Amino acid sequence: MKDIADLLRHHPFAEGLDEDTLSLIAGCAKNVVLQQGDYLFREGAAADSFYLVRHGAVALETFVPARGPFTFLTVKTGEIVGADWLIPPYRSSFDARAVELTRAIAFDGKCLRGKCEADPRVGYEMMKRFIPPLVKRLQSARMQALGMYDAANA
Amino acid sequence: MPQTLEACAPPLHPMAPRMTPVTRFIRESQDVFTFDLAPEGATPFAPGQFNMLYAFGVGEIPISISGDSQAPERLTHTIRAVGPVSAALGKLQTGDRVGLRGPFGVGWPVEAAKGFDVLLIAGGIGLAPLRPVIYWLLRHRAAYGRVGVLYGARTPDDLIFRSELEEWRRTPDFQLRVAVERAGPEWTGDVGYVTPLLSKLRFDPADTVSMICGPEVMIRATALTLEDAGVADSRIFVSMERNMKCAIGHCGHCQFGPLFICKDGPVHSYDHVRNLLAYREL
Repeated sequence: MKDIADLLRHHPFAEGLDEDTLSLIAGCAKNVVLQQGDYLFREGAAADSFYLVRHGAVALETFVPARGPFTFLTVKTGEIVGADWLIPPYRSSFDARAVELTRAIAFDGKCLRGKCEADPRVGYEMMKRFIPPLVKRLQSARMQALGMYDAANA
Repeated sequence: MPQTLEACAPPLHPMAPRMTPVTRFIRESQDVFTFDLAPEGATPFAPGQFNMLYAFGVGEIPISISGDSQAPERLTHTIRAVGPVSAALGKLQTGDRVGLRGPFGVGWPVEAAKGFDVLLIAGGIGLAPLRPVIYWLLRHRAAYGRVGVLYGARTPDDLIFRSELEEWRRTPDFQLRVAVERAGPEWTGDVGYVTPLLSKLRFDPADTVSMICGPEVMIRATALTLEDAGVADSRIFVSMERNMKCAIGHCGHCQFGPLFICKDGPVHSYDHVRNLLAYREL
């Protein structure tokens, strides 16, 4: 049976991470299985965790009154769900819902923040892994915000 | 030199529209529709070429052919109603007639792409000019390496060619990823900008030909992403849109630097237009 460090080692997030750091952060992680429809976290709740998707898909959603939930991004195998644990006030800014059976590594954000504070080298390794996908998502969000496919741009 | 009567007959002038009946009309989404035209005699065309369609009393617009180039007796066009002419075309019914000129322009490099992996990236109505390429690739599948299609749309309700998308999704050895910009909970597919999905496709960048059709902002961003992935700019092809009027390079309305989109394009290799795309005045 694989332990959490083994699972982490096989996720793209851990690529290039040395064994000591991997073992250290694995202490904040656990393996989770989410059924279709399960929420990883809800908007407004304490952002005390983030997830590395091992298999599956997660919809990031915002609820629009009178219209219902809107998905603005799907996150799939090999990707990260959740970044609000990184910055105060550590509050989730959207819902995250499994759209199919999803296996993930869940991290305790508070635990990991503590280890990053204690050892800036670990913090830097985390930043190197979080900033690229966040910047790419920001770039994608900019393209989506342009309404490229609207009639004016057809 | 003796001439036959046939040889003496004046050729159809490229500016003269042919009265052509609509033989089938399909509503694809709220503002997109497809119709077939049946011109007199087969009208051969290459994937990526376009016709000028004349809504009588309203005007004429360029529309890419969205049908099968191996069935030239039927000319299929898929149109988004965004202006007076396209809106008028959207009110046509089977049996009505339009003015048809064409086909015009330079199409997609389907012959030159033989032996390569092929990636098609479409945004919105941009899937329509690429559909003839998909038909071509499926018909000549053995001549190509891996084939991948990325298609982005606003919402699930805006997807066009839905039954074919399902068919292509089930087609072996054919990668299709569809992303919408926003969706309700009933949508289980990808949501987000389409270009990042490139990382989900299998292809060898060194041996890939890519064809992009969509809004120009998307074309620029996608071409750069393909280059970053290792695809040569001379093997990235884009379909450009400008204000085409005559369609034969006479009027100059569609001039794009040294190019006329109507006769030098609409399909261009990215290395020929990348610098021009940086000029906001063009």
